[in-house]
Amino acid sequence: MAEAITRETWPAALYDLLRRNGVTQFCYVPDAGHKVLIDRSLADPDVHSVPLTTEEEGVAMLAGADLGGQRAVLLMQSSGVGNTINMLSLTAGCRFPMLTLVSMRGEFGEGNPWQFPMGQAVEPTLKAMGVIVLRAEQPDDVIPCVTAAMTMAYQSCQQVAVLLTQRLIGAKKF
Amino acid sequence: MAKLNKLQTATLPDAVLDRRQAVPALIENPGDFLMVAGLAGTAWEMSALTHESPRLFGLGGAMGAAPMIGLGLALAQPKRRVLVATGDGELLMNVGALATIALQNPPNLTIICVDNGHYGETGNQDSHTGLGVRLDVIAAGCGFPVVHVVNTDADMEEGRRLVREGGGLTFILLRVKEGPATHDGKKNLVPHIERDRFRAALLG
Repeated sequence: MAEAITRETWPAALYDLLRRNGVTQFCYVPDAGHKVLIDRSLADPDVHSVPLTTEEEGVAMLAGADLGGQRAVLLMQSSGVGNTINMLSLTAGCRFPMLTLVSMRGEFGEGNPWQFPMGQAVEPTLKAMGVIVLRAEQPDDVIPCVTAAMTMAYQSCQQVAVLLTQRLIGAKKF
Repeated sequence: MAKLNKLQTATLPDAVLDRRQAVPALIENPGDFLMVAGLAGTAWEMSALTHESPRLFGLGGAMGAAPMIGLGLALAQPKRRVLVATGDGELLMNVGALATIALQNPPNLTIICVDNGHYGETGNQDSHTGLGVRLDVIAAGCGFPVVHVVNTDADMEEGRRLVREGGGLTFILLRVKEGPATHDGKKNLVPHIERDRFRAALLG
């Protein structure tokens, strides 16, 4: 039996899961919640690790990867979701597979008031643009949620966001 | 009509080329490329230039997307050459994409910005480039290894050579006058059909 997923081990298991499923383009605006994925992608000679200047670039890049027959994932923080909204017209209208992993701020235990408006708006704004939202609240949720999201995105051409919630990743200490 | 002042740093000469001749003159063999074209003028003229080739993914919206679609495609298809045609308005909307693309430095990607200095679809307002902002300087500052400006017919031969030979990641600023793009009368691009036909032609 596989070892239990813990608060410490889920990020590495998540990277391995994405790679086993053929994801070869990782694009991101850096966030502490994605540190392991970003570092692993930078160290992996078989993937493209692409830092973005703004998250909407990543939505367009996922589309280009799909046109070329590759699988991509967009890593962003909840605040970055707001930067993607009109670009989600592209993935919705063209039925591009979209997988994004969103590390959440502005919710469970947040200590920075600036994070709340966008953090609380993540789910309604994504859903308004047709994106399916899954929430991973506990370490045990991460692999099943992202596994489901990959099937929905890459096989069924849906746009899916997995929220790595603040309960999962822990509120930032100030 | 009231207008914003041109930048005092504006140094490029007034544009003289007509895009209806200049775009086909620059891109002699569109069949050599996988192509992405930004919304409005460039999507129409690339569609006409390629006779609606399925190797062209044309945008009817999602302003700002074309360069980054080109990056994802170029990384996914390293053995194919990828050509992005975009307007100044679209490029300005997501100008950080030039920084992102330059860091990846895909040698098989060429970006042509058809710069008419105006927002042609919305009432022909001056764009930032029309008032002197230099996208070629921005591209060079981002780290594009090859940058070329086509102001006149005299600059066209070098532009053609760069498009033809593809000596690494390239940015070409094609400066054209205000005026219509070639439009063959095709109706609105249907988004999911654009995706499906492109993928079917490339991936089978």
